Amino acid sequence: MPGSSDPGFDTLALHAGAAPDPATGARAVPIHLSTSFVFESSEHAASLFNLERSGHVYSRISNPTNAVLEERVAALEGAVGSIATASGQAALHLAIATLAGAGSHIVASSALYGGSHNLLHYTLKRFGIDTTFVKPRDIDGWRAAIRPNTKMLFSETLGNPGLDVLDIPTVSTIAHDAGLPLLVDSTFTTPWLMKPIEHGADLVFHSATKFLSGHGTVVGGVLVDGGRFDWTTSRRFPELTEPYEGFHGMVFTEESTDGAFLLRARREGLRDFGACMSPHTAWLILQGIETLPLRMARHIENTRKIVAFLAAHPLVAGVGYPELESHPDHALAQRLLPRGCGSVFSFDIRGSRRQGQAFIEALKIFSHLANVGDCRSLVIHPASTTHFRMDDSALALAGIGPGTIRLSIGLEDADDLIDDLKRALRAAEKAT
Amino acid sequence: MKLTVHGREAYAYTGGKPFDPALPSIVFIHGALHDHTVWTLLARWCAHHGFGVLAPDLPGHMRSAGPALENVEAMAEWLFALLDAAGVEKAALVGHSMGSLVALDAAGRAPERTTRLVMVGTAYPMKVSPALLDLSRTDPLAAIDMVTMLSYSTLAAKPGYPGPGVWTRGGGKALCRLVLAHQGDALLYHRDFLACDSYQGGLAAAAKVTAPASLILGVRDQMTVPKAATEIGTALKARIERVEAGHVLMAEAPDAVLNALRRSLA
Repeated sequence: MPGSSDPGFDTLALHAGAAPDPATGARAVPIHLSTSFVFESSEHAASLFNLERSGHVYSRISNPTNAVLEERVAALEGAVGSIATASGQAALHLAIATLAGAGSHIVASSALYGGSHNLLHYTLKRFGIDTTFVKPRDIDGWRAAIRPNTKMLFSETLGNPGLDVLDIPTVSTIAHDAGLPLLVDSTFTTPWLMKPIEHGADLVFHSATKFLSGHGTVVGGVLVDGGRFDWTTSRRFPELTEPYEGFHGMVFTEESTDGAFLLRARREGLRDFGACMSPHTAWLILQGIETLPLRMARHIENTRKIVAFLAAHPLVAGVGYPELESHPDHALAQRLLPRGCGSVFSFDIRGSRRQGQAFIEALKIFSHLANVGDCRSLVIHPASTTHFRMDDSALALAGIGPGTIRLSIGLEDADDLIDDLKRALRAAEKAT
Repeated sequence: MKLTVHGREAYAYTGGKPFDPALPSIVFIHGALHDHTVWTLLARWCAHHGFGVLAPDLPGHMRSAGPALENVEAMAEWLFALLDAAGVEKAALVGHSMGSLVALDAAGRAPERTTRLVMVGTAYPMKVSPALLDLSRTDPLAAIDMVTMLSYSTLAAKPGYPGPGVWTRGGGKALCRLVLAHQGDALLYHRDFLACDSYQGGLAAAAKVTAPASLILGVRDQMTVPKAATEIGTALKARIERVEAGHVLMAEAPDAVLNALRRSLA
């Protein structure tokens, strides 16, 4: 039993949600690869279906291994609970689909991951959900974009790929003044670098594929509810405050004052859309989370060395890392991200597009692929990959140039990574 | 469902079914800075197993209009006004923590209207430390943090409340913060703690109780430690149920508490 204060982050990363298995004594979390769970009796079955008891019925809705992951992420975020999903995109979709429908509107940052931008700008429009994009630093723009049918404000803690630092205290206040929740994608920061709920965010999601898992092995997502948003006073969310025909007229806010969002997300969203996580995936992400504090510290240590190297290199036009005084959000980052600004950042090479390609092709340790947050170092050219559907004006709005290179710094020896970059920069120089 | 009690709007959760006063009634009374949702699973089970369920928000708490009542006796009196408004003649009274004192006082006040008394996570007297009393007045958010630490006994409460995937400590803390903020009464926690601390009518009430009584206690409870319920348990000749949980045992061990409640109501 903990003492007079909350258990520390490292302790929660190992223990939250998990105890030795009562059936076997297994100390590590067992993988419950079972689609369904036996009822003790007909009465027990009925009471589980009717939410008179808590428990597992079918693994699309909940699973014991997934529940450990969900509780652990919630504990690390300072939240009420979470829902494990098939991917980060599934987590974003679940958040939106729980609160919004045809005729709804979202205000979102323009500096989003390309996949999120696609969902909001193209796909959700087909389902009658419109989005207004604003630059994350445009505080007045956030406020002005809110409409009577707006359902949420949405941004990333660190914008992709320019690392715009979201001013969560300010933007969440704008949201709350309008009776709206703030949803943030915290994939780049993880709760080790920042707990968005403590700064005012209401809903958080992760692509757990990245740092939470940390080893580039599985695809998964987690949607987290801070439990601090009072849905009953907003009057914008009949989805939670009025009877829901799809579950015997249940009013979710009457069932749970602090967990109404999660109840509907699980009982409707997982049930009907079905984008659940495999228990095996949940277990692998749990394995990753157990070493998250150690890995994030090393990610940051390596990143700082490489940022310093690149910032001093004559062929580098600029490095976009908020710990540098040249970054427009430097002061905000000092306040919100004192442990570091992640290990994913971009820089621009002086020269042609061809030189940029030569740089990437000369790298030997950095892997050229479309992912971040791996223990291995990664590199990508956003304009031709993650953001390729954007035209030049949309790219510019997102702060991306044609020569921008994005790095995800891994856990290798920093000296080896710097040698790799030196070699690639020499190759780029010769490729004029 | 919404009722009018003493001229003010009151809310009572009915367990997912319309309230039927013709059924045997059971009333669930929450504790300090809580609301009816601490009872959701138990209330739903009872409502679907032959009981008419009322789980009110006490005045000043979440959906029931304020002001908050200043003492346990006033809460007990309000409870019978609620039953009158709902058309209930007699009921089983189930209370948690502060709510257990309300149930006790009500059962002593009107034994003819009380069919069972169940005190969950209870102690008598329910003294609150001067440090916590003071903190609840000067910094209620810090008081919530302190009580959360003392109220939960495990980092892995299963199967999760109200469902899987919920971090029970986080849920407890968030509920208190929402109840505190909902009606803007910054002193609500302090008022509730004062009500617990100042209540002195427990043994006198117990002497008048005629209904079968039960205590359901968390063996790891650090807020109302089980031994602090010994005297009131003896006075009530109560059946004692012990559950492997801390103070918020309905969240930490929902199945065990349901089983204990079923035995208490039998």
